[in-house]
Amino acid sequence: MWQYEKKLQYPVKIKTPNAKLAKVIISQLGGPDGELAASLRYLNQRYAMPYGEVKGLLTDIGTEELAHFEMISAILYQLTKDLSMEEIKKSGFDTYFVDHTTGIYPVAASGTPFTATYFQSKGDIITDLSEDMAAEQKARTTYDNILRLADDPDVRDPIRFLREREIVHYQRFGEALRIAQDKLNSKNFYACNPSFDKNCGKV
Amino acid sequence: MNEQKMLLSKIKKYDFTLKELNLYLDTHPNCRRGLAMFQKYRKLRENAVDEYTRKFGPLTPDQVNNSERWTWTDDPWPWERR
Repeated sequence: MWQYEKKLQYPVKIKTPNAKLAKVIISQLGGPDGELAASLRYLNQRYAMPYGEVKGLLTDIGTEELAHFEMISAILYQLTKDLSMEEIKKSGFDTYFVDHTTGIYPVAASGTPFTATYFQSKGDIITDLSEDMAAEQKARTTYDNILRLADDPDVRDPIRFLREREIVHYQRFGEALRIAQDKLNSKNFYACNPSFDKNCGKV
Repeated sequence: MNEQKMLLSKIKKYDFTLKELNLYLDTHPNCRRGLAMFQKYRKLRENAVDEYTRKFGPLTPDQVNNSERWTWTDDPWPWERR
């Protein structure tokens, strides 16, 4: 089960609202490589994982992603607080505003609502961990692109923190994949599925 | 039921009591009776969790109390048939 802590993982203090930036950063909330997809990916995949260390890692990273989901929400909240109608119109934020006012709703920057098609849970640990490593790199690229678009240091600072976390998670998932492979016979990474086939990897 | 399961079941009952009081107090923040009950069950839960983690290991990563080995990831996990 889960317990909420009334704090952000890393501080978010943005002095100047900026609807145009909110429009792109929202992709890390409800977009294809966003924090919601990340959290649901790991928290769903962990049931197929036969190894304690990696069940723990998926649980712990899946939980951290929820804290990142909250940080992105805080960034969006602060970027869209006290906007004038004129700013909303000229920034292009009006297309979001018409459906959600300034409420926080998970969509991609393109406006597509969040969908579970953004992640997989394949019931095969080699497949899942390979997706997880790719997912962390895709999120890192998205943060790189956000940093190309954002010049406000108040925004860049928490975004850079989140970008670094993608790199650390990628590193840990790489180790998890190695742990999983070490537990299998080196000749049977793909010969059987340890989360489905009985006696797979138990030679 | 073995000791571990009994103790865990006790913690879950305290958890649920505290969750119910939490939700009730969210909308009744000045109810002294509710506040007193929350304090009472919070202490009971704290003692039960102390005993559980001492005997059977952590329920959260910050409860790991072992300088030899990281016991947080030990099997079984809660969704597994025991």
